[in-house]
Amino acid sequence: MAVVVLRAPLKDLADGNGSVRVNGSTVLESLRDLEATYPRMAGWVLDETGTVRRHVNVFIDANRVEGDATVETDTEITVIHAISGGNS
Amino acid sequence: MSDQVELLVGTGKGLFVLRGERGGAMAIAARHFPGVTVEYATRDPRTGVYYASVTDAHFGPRVWMTKDVEGEWEQTAGPAFPEDAGEAVERIWVIVPGEGEGVVWAGVAPAALFRSDDGGRTWELNRALWDHPSRKDWQPGAGGMCLHSICPWPGEPDKLALGISAAGVWLTEDGGGSWRRGVKGIVARYLPEDAQGDAPDLCVHNMYRAPVKPERLWMQFHGGVYRSDDAGETWNDVGSAGGLPSDFGFPMVIDPKDPSKAWVIPLTADIDRVTPDGKLRVFETADEGDTWTARSKGLPQNDTYVTILRQAFCNDGRDPLGLYFGDKSGTVYGSADAGATWTAVAERLPTIVSVRAS
Repeated sequence: MAVVVLRAPLKDLADGNGSVRVNGSTVLESLRDLEATYPRMAGWVLDETGTVRRHVNVFIDANRVEGDATVETDTEITVIHAISGGNS
Repeated sequence: MSDQVELLVGTGKGLFVLRGERGGAMAIAARHFPGVTVEYATRDPRTGVYYASVTDAHFGPRVWMTKDVEGEWEQTAGPAFPEDAGEAVERIWVIVPGEGEGVVWAGVAPAALFRSDDGGRTWELNRALWDHPSRKDWQPGAGGMCLHSICPWPGEPDKLALGISAAGVWLTEDGGGSWRRGVKGIVARYLPEDAQGDAPDLCVHNMYRAPVKPERLWMQFHGGVYRSDDAGETWNDVGSAGGLPSDFGFPMVIDPKDPSKAWVIPLTADIDRVTPDGKLRVFETADEGDTWTARSKGLPQNDTYVTILRQAFCNDGRDPLGLYFGDKSGTVYGSADAGATWTAVAERLPTIVSVRAS
């Protein structure tokens, strides 16, 4: 199982958990599993077309990755809001 | 009735709940959703439930609801497109209580209508409008392709009129099972003359139904103010003849008890979206649009170049009628005498997107 690392406001939607174990062999599968565990997060990271929102960044270690990136046991997936897309 | 009024002010930095004496200074009773845009907030008078359309610039748009406007808000399930639509909701422009029990409507961008049958907790896309064969010819306005005006018919839950920028007026008499355009008489002066006939890209800016005369609809168009007396089938230009400084604008209020009365706040032009001549003026018609008169007592009349957005003008339904609007520069103005006199009731707020009396 990989681990998704979350910050506010996503952490709040995960009942305050900043680190959540998820199932999945790719980033996208892992994020879907995250949504299934915490339904209130539905639509926040993935939009209804199933893609990562434009102004959300996903990292594995120091590398920004796309949804099809593979994950392994204990891979750390960090989900953060991008510096783009902010509300000026 | 209490002389207090509560306003829901949606801004670029959250929802502000203002309270105070009608026509007087108002205090901030609560602020919610800090840092994110609240496109629209309203209260369903049938149930007392408050709704807010909140667009997080990173994490997307959704509707929130509460019964306690100073307390916690509950995230609803949507509105969101079904997977086969291949689109994601960008903004939720308007939330309107329907006529049936538990029915609430939401208009979004890209232009679509969503219906809730459980008081806003879950939402379903109206497929007949979404799948309409003319959709391929619709064009977005400057604010995107948005469904911003939803006009239920009092006592007739199957009748609805919609305003879409820029796809004109859409009418249904079967609860949204089928739709037809109601645009006869509207002239798109922003198009070449040869292209004006039967143009699909009609840029409706705002539209309301007169509650006591439901066959009457009022519209602020991209260029022109129109009135329909046959439920949106045909439209009459009522903005060109009598006294408006410009035919361009967004905000509009209809008198809830007198269908001959309406108010607009014109902007200079589509290429200069500020108040004309440096004066902040609300214009009233009391004769069905034949003439318009400036109502500006108490409003700044010098060096004032502000913008009032589509949803940022409302009435409070009281007698005499209270009127309230907010500008993009963060000031809310109020009148407790139907626009005869005005006061700045709140200042130095973030960019004001919507104002509704609750």
